[in-house]
Amino acid sequence: MNVSRTRRTFLGAAAAAAISGAAGCGGARGTTWRVFSGHEARTLDALLEWIIPEDDSPGARGAGVSHYIDRQLSTHFREHRQAYRDGLAATDRLAGGDFAGAPRKQQQAALRKLQRDPATRPFFNLLVPHAMQGFYGNPRHGGNRDFASWRMLGVPPLPVRGRSQYDLTAGGGNAKS
Amino acid sequence: MRKVDAVIIGAGASGGVVAKELSTNGISVVVLERGRWYGPNDDRKDDLRNQRTSILGNNSGPEDEGNPRVAVDAQGRERIVLPSQGNYSNNAACVGGGTLTYGAMAWRYHPKDFRMRSTYGALEGSTLDDWPISYDDLEPYYEKAEWEIGVSGDDSANPFKGPRKKPLPMPPLALNKECVILKAAAGRLKLHPFDLPMLRNSVPYNGRGPCMRCRWCVGFPCEVNAKCGTQNTVIPKALATGLCELRLRSMVKEIQFDQKGHATGVAYFDEHDRLQTQEADFVVVAGAATETARLLLNSKHRLWPTGAGNRYDWVGRNLQGHTYTGAFGYFEEVVYDDIGPGAGVAICDFNHGNPGLRGGAMLANEFIRLPIQFVSMLPPRTPRFGPAHKEAMRKYYRRTIAVQGPTQEMPMWHSRVQLDPKVKDRWGIPVLRISGSQHPHTIEIGTAMAAKAEMWLKAAGAAETWRKLPGHNVTGGQHQAGTCRMGNDPKASVANRYGQVHDIDNVFVADGSLHVTNGGFNPALTIMADAYRISEHLIKTWRGTRFRS
Repeated sequence: MNVSRTRRTFLGAAAAAAISGAAGCGGARGTTWRVFSGHEARTLDALLEWIIPEDDSPGARGAGVSHYIDRQLSTHFREHRQAYRDGLAATDRLAGGDFAGAPRKQQQAALRKLQRDPATRPFFNLLVPHAMQGFYGNPRHGGNRDFASWRMLGVPPLPVRGRSQYDLTAGGGNAKS
Repeated sequence: MRKVDAVIIGAGASGGVVAKELSTNGISVVVLERGRWYGPNDDRKDDLRNQRTSILGNNSGPEDEGNPRVAVDAQGRERIVLPSQGNYSNNAACVGGGTLTYGAMAWRYHPKDFRMRSTYGALEGSTLDDWPISYDDLEPYYEKAEWEIGVSGDDSANPFKGPRKKPLPMPPLALNKECVILKAAAGRLKLHPFDLPMLRNSVPYNGRGPCMRCRWCVGFPCEVNAKCGTQNTVIPKALATGLCELRLRSMVKEIQFDQKGHATGVAYFDEHDRLQTQEADFVVVAGAATETARLLLNSKHRLWPTGAGNRYDWVGRNLQGHTYTGAFGYFEEVVYDDIGPGAGVAICDFNHGNPGLRGGAMLANEFIRLPIQFVSMLPPRTPRFGPAHKEAMRKYYRRTIAVQGPTQEMPMWHSRVQLDPKVKDRWGIPVLRISGSQHPHTIEIGTAMAAKAEMWLKAAGAAETWRKLPGHNVTGGQHQAGTCRMGNDPKASVANRYGQVHDIDNVFVADGSLHVTNGGFNPALTIMADAYRISEHLIKTWRGTRFRS
């Protein structure tokens, strides 16, 4: 273990501590979510699957896009936390209470309303680019699990040659021991 | 702080060159750089966090915290923006400046780019004018930049270039697949394609190895240090003289003057946020067009109460960059071969000589588009989500070529940076307020260039094409220029032809701020060449006069 690795590990732990403190109002205990409750995450996963559906290759759910969003809401996108809270609640409401549990037809109708209703449209417009980032962006931010989208597009998953000292598949870019 | 001969503000494309030229000629220098020094291994090649795609922040400064600006949109609505947000017009804050992460195209401007007013006449609503220097004045310094900093490419097949005395020092990189396709097509159109010049090692040069052809190029520091910026060329040379001291995380507050308006040095905040003074015989401002103008506006004196060089209200005006236009072409075969940097073939057939247009643009194939960038490049009628969007990504990603170029902008008096009356940065220094728009003729030129790009792609066999049209907003960002125009008339410019600020003997600007117009090319090599030219003047004149008139 070299010095830089020790430092990184330490910083990682410090960041995690800071995040868990900041997210104390939201993240449910015993889950892997930082901001979302288990139910919110289920709603978000179901909604994201409409934005990037699974076909021959994984969709948003399989690529862990909701984890990307969850992680960013506790850091860079902190300002959007309330928008997600409200937006996911509205999504459930439009589907009769539980979007994820509703039949597909009902989900589709709710999605249409979500896009068109001036009250929920801003949330939807926020969600779509976040979904794309989580699906097509670097796995180190929690999405694009196992380079799902890059494999689908036929882009070599190893980001760059000469960086084999980093284990990029772990999503955290931690140094290999 | 010990007094030195010169203090240079900014260690980017121009500041690095000036530091090397002065220090290797026996002039003692302190360079104050507000950012840090990043090495090739400090960057994780993160497609969501880099100089070009800064959704999760940028990788070459400044930090989001404590460095706000105010952006005013076309409707006059103002909003506080952070460095990682688009309308901030960020370039970089680090050693090397934009040259650490740039795509590294190494263009000489066309001779007519220095003579826009003489070539095309006045344009209503624009401050279009000639430069006080010509292409011929700059030619020896272009050559110096090409050989000292390092350029690969081969423009011998480009009949539209200005005359050059020496060829480029390095051969071009081998063409990737899309370059081969485009080069053949341009030949069929009787255009004049060539291997575009890059500040990039194609072979070992200056003690560094060649480009390894990866896709993580524009927006990222080079993994193998093959991109040639000031941070790995002239700045190390300056430091090796022992006459140049580089101070990082040093934010300059203002230039200081004596009673008569002679500059005595600068006040700056050091890395511990302590206010320091650095005295010097002369001051060279090289902070790029936005921050250079900000510093002049913040440097007030009873003789220039609205800022140094601002007697006639020209500081911060004529902010220009480049609105990029072009086209995308879909090919039935796979054209993506994952061989970076991507851009490799260009034409200069449309930089000038377009009927009814004042200028044009160099057109080239684009750097490799990373998947997240490609999401917003799909054909216009593609649904923005759902199965059809995913299918389009699959269909188009490896079968699309992009051709685009930097539109020659018509400078605008009202496109500008000013000091915001209220907002301050974390040191309490007033920040910039950016406002303005594009001249309608710039939009015309850009639209015409998009059509040319589309024509090229069709000739190359594209089964489907779509255009990227010009934006209407003021541009700054990587190509920022124009805010401290140089000119012969002190009432209609900020500095003279040597960058010397009017009314002040010993304050010089040496960056893209001086550009009267910004060409239809990436500006980095021109900024470097001009820094060599100004340095030569500084060395000669300082030895004689010490800038005391």
